[in-house]
Amino acid sequence: MTELLVGTKKGLFALAGEPGEPFEITDRAFPGEPVEYALHDPRTQRLLVSVTSPFYGPKLWYAGDGWEQAEGLELPAAGEAALERIWVIALGEAEGVVYAGGDPGCLFESRDGGATFKLNRGLHEHPSRAHWAPGAGGLCLHSIVTWPGDPDRLAVAVSAGGIWLTDDGGASWHAGNEGITPRYIPEDMPPDQIALCVHSLERASRRPERMFMQFHGGVYRSDDAGASWTSIAGGLPSDFGFPLALDPADPDSAYVIPLSADVDRVTPEGRVRVFETRDGGASWTPRGDGLPAEQAYLTILRQAFAATGEGDALELYFGATSGGLYGSADAGATWYEVATNLPPVLSVTAVSAP
Amino acid sequence: MAVVRLRGPLKQLAGGAEHALEGTTVNDVLAALETANPAMKGWVLDERGVLRRHINVFVNGEPAAQDTALEADDRVDVLPALSGGR
Repeated sequence: MTELLVGTKKGLFALAGEPGEPFEITDRAFPGEPVEYALHDPRTQRLLVSVTSPFYGPKLWYAGDGWEQAEGLELPAAGEAALERIWVIALGEAEGVVYAGGDPGCLFESRDGGATFKLNRGLHEHPSRAHWAPGAGGLCLHSIVTWPGDPDRLAVAVSAGGIWLTDDGGASWHAGNEGITPRYIPEDMPPDQIALCVHSLERASRRPERMFMQFHGGVYRSDDAGASWTSIAGGLPSDFGFPLALDPADPDSAYVIPLSADVDRVTPEGRVRVFETRDGGASWTPRGDGLPAEQAYLTILRQAFAATGEGDALELYFGATSGGLYGSADAGATWYEVATNLPPVLSVTAVSAP
Repeated sequence: MAVVRLRGPLKQLAGGAEHALEGTTVNDVLAALETANPAMKGWVLDERGVLRRHINVFVNGEPAAQDTALEADDRVDVLPALSGGR
């Protein structure tokens, strides 16, 4: 049995089913509200949900016996900006630690399982912030990547503010952007003034110094914990896209879902294909068996691609803004329609249940 | 005192639809409402104290702003704006 939490423009949907078969909707919460992200914390059994009410602002809710609103997700009252959205929730390596990333490019940390949060001041007050710039989705901190077993090491990614690394639990931050070539700015722009539009960031858990990145025009790999990056986009039909997924069992693996271009954010050539590498990005293999193969122009957003399990039993799931949800129970070799006719899908997380 | 009227989740958070509050401006009574009902913090005013973009306030049926002056017995309606629907 696998459980999916699907954040949509019109609420949270919980689905459950056997891998390889259509899933049933088992629950719906926050009807009508944009649910940015939802995550199950196996340590506390809490469900953590980010909701952006267009009227009442962004909130993070956690469910135990009932829904409770998390506290502390706010920017300094004397500042120029208010918190606009909470894009992502991530579980920390230390007991009870939960992170939340939001717009404008801010990171929050909870040490009590998501009930109360504090703003990370080191990142919020970083001098480079003046050069960060919002993309179409705002100035979003969308990726929070922990280092297995080391709670002091963390990587985050901001669109458009680049990759930021800490080795001291978030007290100080340094950029990890060497080797990234943005096409949307003049080539002679000073490097410290470039707002780098990272779309997604993931770490190979069994080789944690290796990370993969989907960029705004580019796919990259780092083998030095994010200090520098090498292009691995050769062989893809397009280097534009949003989400990224990895097989935890294989540090050479990555999956991307290319979209045509930044000016045409749909699946290329009217067909839906996930691209897989098993050699660290040296080559890519299209994986489209079972996915719409013609007249299909889907948009898959950055949080809408999830993996659970590993190896041959790796399960992959992604949702489209057109409301379709697709899955693979065999590491991408074959695909099927998990659910249809959902509202526009903003995010997917997956948990394999015993 | 002005009377602030709430609907929907705001009514639930504040434990009632009508609240008599002291203040000489709309901002005064919204801040007083938040102080009296901490669960409302961040719902009508953001963390800077700015009225949220898609919340409308009316005083005696007329569109109002945060700095709109109030007199005793004025009625303040706090409503989700049409512009927030999507």
